[in-house]
Amino acid sequence: MEPKKQLRIATRNCGFIDPENIEDYIGVRGYEALASAITNGTPAGVIEQMKKSGLRGRGGGGFPTGVKWAFAAANQADQKYVVCNADEGDPGAFMDRALLEGDPHSIVEAMAICGYAIGASIGVVYIRAEYPLAIKRLIKSIEDARDYGLLGRNILGTGFNFDIELKYGAGAFVCGEETALIRSMEGSRGEPYTKPPFPASAGYWGKPTIVNNVETLANIPPILVKGADWFSSIGTENSKGTKVFALAGKITNVGLIEVPMGITLGEIIFEIGGGCPNGKQFKAVQTGGPSGGALTSRDIDVPIDYDNLIARGSMMGSGGMIVMDEDNCMVDVAKFFLDFTMDETCGKCTPCRIGSKRLHEILCRITQGEGTLEDMENLQCLGATIKDTALCGFGQTMPNPVLSTIRTFMDEYRAHVVDKKCPAGVCVSLLEIVILAESCVGCTLCSRVCPVNCISGTVKGVHVIDQAACIKCGACIDACKFQAIVKR
Amino acid sequence: MAKITSIADLKKFQQEYRSLKEARSREKIIVSVSLATCGIASGGNMVMEAMKDEVARQGIDNVEFIRVGCMTYCHSEPTVEVSLPGREPLVFGKLDENGARQLVQKYLKKGELTGTVIPVNYTRVEL
Ligand SMILES: Cc1cc2nc3c(=O)[nH]c(=O)nc-3n(C[C@H](O)[C@H](O)[C@H](O)COP(=O)(O)O)c2cc1C
Ligand code: SF4
Ligand code: SF4
Ligand code: SF4
Ligand code: FES
Repeated sequence: MEPKKQLRIATRNCGFIDPENIEDYIGVRGYEALASAITNGTPAGVIEQMKKSGLRGRGGGGFPTGVKWAFAAANQADQKYVVCNADEGDPGAFMDRALLEGDPHSIVEAMAICGYAIGASIGVVYIRAEYPLAIKRLIKSIEDARDYGLLGRNILGTGFNFDIELKYGAGAFVCGEETALIRSMEGSRGEPYTKPPFPASAGYWGKPTIVNNVETLANIPPILVKGADWFSSIGTENSKGTKVFALAGKITNVGLIEVPMGITLGEIIFEIGGGCPNGKQFKAVQTGGPSGGALTSRDIDVPIDYDNLIARGSMMGSGGMIVMDEDNCMVDVAKFFLDFTMDETCGKCTPCRIGSKRLHEILCRITQGEGTLEDMENLQCLGATIKDTALCGFGQTMPNPVLSTIRTFMDEYRAHVVDKKCPAGVCVSLLEIVILAESCVGCTLCSRVCPVNCISGTVKGVHVIDQAACIKCGACIDACKFQAIVKR
Repeated sequence: MAKITSIADLKKFQQEYRSLKEARSREKIIVSVSLATCGIASGGNMVMEAMKDEVARQGIDNVEFIRVGCMTYCHSEPTVEVSLPGREPLVFGKLDENGARQLVQKYLKKGELTGTVIPVNYTRVEL
């Protein structure tokens, strides 16, 4: 049999154990990694394993987890904290939710392991309040782990203390950024601050704090049970292990997938994803959400890992993959992401607050057929300036969808600006709905469905649309049984 | 349940629980229902209720239902995995009330395939 394309490490238990039953988790060697570490290991030993495994943060940045833990471990303090970032705000992403709902104990266990490694006794999960089921299952896991003596004081008689509490986020995208997240946890406005100091030296309440993503944490118990060498044997030179992606958009097999690093984009889109539905042509995939960029059919053979994606002008991000087909207009897609960032900017710094608005205005002009070549230059120049001057990762990456689509779909932008046409047939202002005289049989159906009565013609006579009055709703196209009406 | 107080305790519990589960899967039909937000939103609870009801009607008395998390097949929710004693587990997708009842009448009762079977497309790391 052909080897399977997917490899499930982080999602190993999702769909296989009852997430609300701690005994089910213990039955699949749950809490064994924690128990071994605190009974027979040392904090330095755990950190060494993490470094050797090559695990990098799955929250978007890709920073080596073991190296980060070592920083926090080296900083002396009366109190340290472990924070699980469960804010997951990328449009189209649902990896962390699925992990928390399907296998909450592995997150609880991993946080305790991190606490042991860095010398923290308190863990906090920052989770968006829109994830009620994940919250419910997480709370039950924490309570059950306490009842079983796997959280709390003097765990397994080793003298190690660790407990976990929850903080709820109101669902602002920027609160996923670690410094904004810390501010929000402290009860202040969720606004980022400049680094350094990094959270590993001064984070929550000014104390050394490790912020790790849900998926990063889910990989940790298997690494300790099966060994760092096993983990680092999977993946590419600089990106070890697997990545969970949420496949969404114009893709046949919408769903959650977990694949080894180094798999090609083509294998993901066509072999696992089943290609675009309805026989449509694959056009592009947005990775990294509003911070990322578009990969296209030219990137089909690129092995997916942190470095290759950046080299292609995109990024790994947290794992949202939004697939687009021939019917998507890339200018419109860029506008969609800018619409999102314009709403979600925290407003603290000028380049991001005002820059996102200006980028959005220019994109609106272009999609309405009022764009100029100068607008295209301004998009690029303004985008580059925002990247250089914004305070946090949000603003520094926010122009990426625009810059990447301009770079890879220059022709499409030019068609909007120069020819005043939208090749994908999306931008309403640039379309004409016309009746093909040779195909129209004069059945009158279209004139009866048109909401603004702008189609004229007699029975058995060719019908005509009054372009000035047409609102381009498309109702007539769907109604005509003779395919006589087209967009162009 | 008494607290687990040492690593030896944990391992013992783990072993006992594993053998318990193995014994159970030799005697019982295990139906795992995908009930994360995704599964619930597409009708997973309704499918579970319909199957439970049909199991009772058919007088099958060795079925155990388990709520599990996301099975990752968004495109085919609601999904359930059925494990008949001595057979490889199979995942059935795109279930509705009727499909759920058919599944019980055909597969659970007689081992006959019915509906949409979703091929397993991954290797899973088991600890
Ligand atoms: C605008 C913005 C949003 C972010 N959102 C998230 C998020 O939702 N979840 C997450 O884990 N990390 C998010 N991050 C990354 C975090 O700042 C941080 O790097 C990460 O939580 C560290 O964990 P890791 O090393 O395990 O990836 C975001 C970063 C930025 C700049
Ligand atoms: S870059 Fe944007 S999100 Fe970040 S601090 Fe500035 S205004 Fe806020
Ligand atoms: S519905 Fe089609 S065929 Fe009929 S009148 Fe309109 S354009 Fe002509
Ligand atoms: S697109 Fe809508 S408004 Fe225009 S002619 Fe057709 S039905 Fe009428
Ligand atoms: S997220 Fe669970 S099946 Fe889609």
